[in-house]
Amino acid sequence: MATTAKPTEPAGKRVEVSIKKALGPGDDKVHTWPHLVRAEFLCTVVVLLVMILWSLGVDAPLEEPANPSRTPNPSKAPWYFLGLQEILVFFDPWHAGVTLPSLIIVGLMVIPYIDINPKGNGYYCFESRKWELLTFFFGFHILWISLIVIGTLLRGPGWNWFWPWEKWDPHLVEALTNVDLPYLLGFRDYFWSAVFGGALVLGFFVFGTVAMYAWVIWLKGPEFMVRWGMTRFFLTSFLFLNMVAVLIKMLLKHLLSIQYVMKTPWINI
Amino acid sequence: MNWWEDLKQQITDSPVWKSIFRHGYDDTPRNRILMVSGNVWLHLHPSKVRRHATRMRFTWCMGGITFLMFLITVVTGIYLMFYYRPVTQYAYADMKYLEFDMPFGIVMRNMHRWAAHGMVIAVWLHMFRVFLTGSYKPPREFNWVVGVILLVLTLLLSFTGYLLPWDQLAIWAVTVGSNMGRATPVLGHDGPFKELLGVNPIYDARAFLFGGGEVGPATLMRFYILHCIFIPLVTSLFLAVHFWRIRRDGFSGPAL
Repeated sequence: MATTAKPTEPAGKRVEVSIKKALGPGDDKVHTWPHLVRAEFLCTVVVLLVMILWSLGVDAPLEEPANPSRTPNPSKAPWYFLGLQEILVFFDPWHAGVTLPSLIIVGLMVIPYIDINPKGNGYYCFESRKWELLTFFFGFHILWISLIVIGTLLRGPGWNWFWPWEKWDPHLVEALTNVDLPYLLGFRDYFWSAVFGGALVLGFFVFGTVAMYAWVIWLKGPEFMVRWGMTRFFLTSFLFLNMVAVLIKMLLKHLLSIQYVMKTPWINI
Repeated sequence: MNWWEDLKQQITDSPVWKSIFRHGYDDTPRNRILMVSGNVWLHLHPSKVRRHATRMRFTWCMGGITFLMFLITVVTGIYLMFYYRPVTQYAYADMKYLEFDMPFGIVMRNMHRWAAHGMVIAVWLHMFRVFLTGSYKPPREFNWVVGVILLVLTLLLSFTGYLLPWDQLAIWAVTVGSNMGRATPVLGHDGPFKELLGVNPIYDARAFLFGGGEVGPATLMRFYILHCIFIPLVTSLFLAVHFWRIRRDGFSGPAL
């Protein structure tokens, strides 16, 4: 036992290795232990402390036992899905609940493949990635987060809009003044109002794609469009137009009480 | 304190100690690398990282916090599983039992729930940060896709857990949250083109998820198994891929 040689330095003696600043290629590396591990450890301790104190102080909600015959009003999904539930005001469930979530997931997944801007890889910057960042802010902050805030805080019984200082009145009668766009424009015939609605939705995407094409050419030049490629362009414009469509439908409903822009016996948009 | 140093020396020189620990805490460059590469948990990291990647200002530590929240829910969740039965007659009573009779039961439940919410928030902020720094750009494109899958899995974990307390909040939130299944085109009995396959309330996309026409005993059992076994396992697999690819591709950063 104890035949192996002792280490030359006594255990625990500190040998200084300075944190070098970047001097050349690959030269700004520091040891993970202790520099990164220390930061992670401190972060863990702080978060655990906060979680323990929070859990000691605030109880998780537990309501009365489940009763399938008593539907609460309002019935709300978990808070992180309330943005989608809020979109039900503007779209039918097949779109708000199925198509849009799928488009969100697919849209997020394709981001690295449609964004060919080599700048801003690994550092914060705004100027050279202006449009990417603005689109993300629009999708994440304006659409996703603000709709969650509305759904959580401003929607009461009957999914009616209540300001925080207003009492939730389950008997509130909201006048149903919603009207469909084809009806508003004078279409009284099922067939022609469906044709009009279909043309409108199709037209939105066709016109929107053409407008976006012209805009990208104007902004970045034709050379960029060649590099970007048609697949990336069509994917981007389709996803972007879907985002814009949500905003348009929101405005139509809130400002003009227009429910559907397209009405057919099978699907409404 | 000479006997103390001697004792320490004897212990650290013993074959048993040496069979377990390969190196001490000496602060030498070699040992700093051994600390990471010789440790199964820490070797998720490379042994050296670029300087800016250790800065909270750059990373916000949100990916790490997401993982920490996941670990908290695993630990507290196992505690909760000891006392919880996913049967409609017992589930709610078990929640009350946990709250009033179990030592630290309510704290464990609180922590499980708040960590689950925290995980959702942290994963969103992590994604936001990764977008801001453009860290999804080559060569890390696919790891962003893995991250999106993990985002969906996080939401599913949280959503399936929402039902388990079996209170009014639980069943109605899950009912509302799953109504989309009813509205799925072709596959849902309330969706467009429902006539094509002849789906009905007890035989459509939502009924497949629920094990019936509405949230009931079968749903509770399904969500319990999804929540405690299936989704955590799948999440762990994708977490492994996610971390592995960060390890291989390195932390993103400005070109030198």
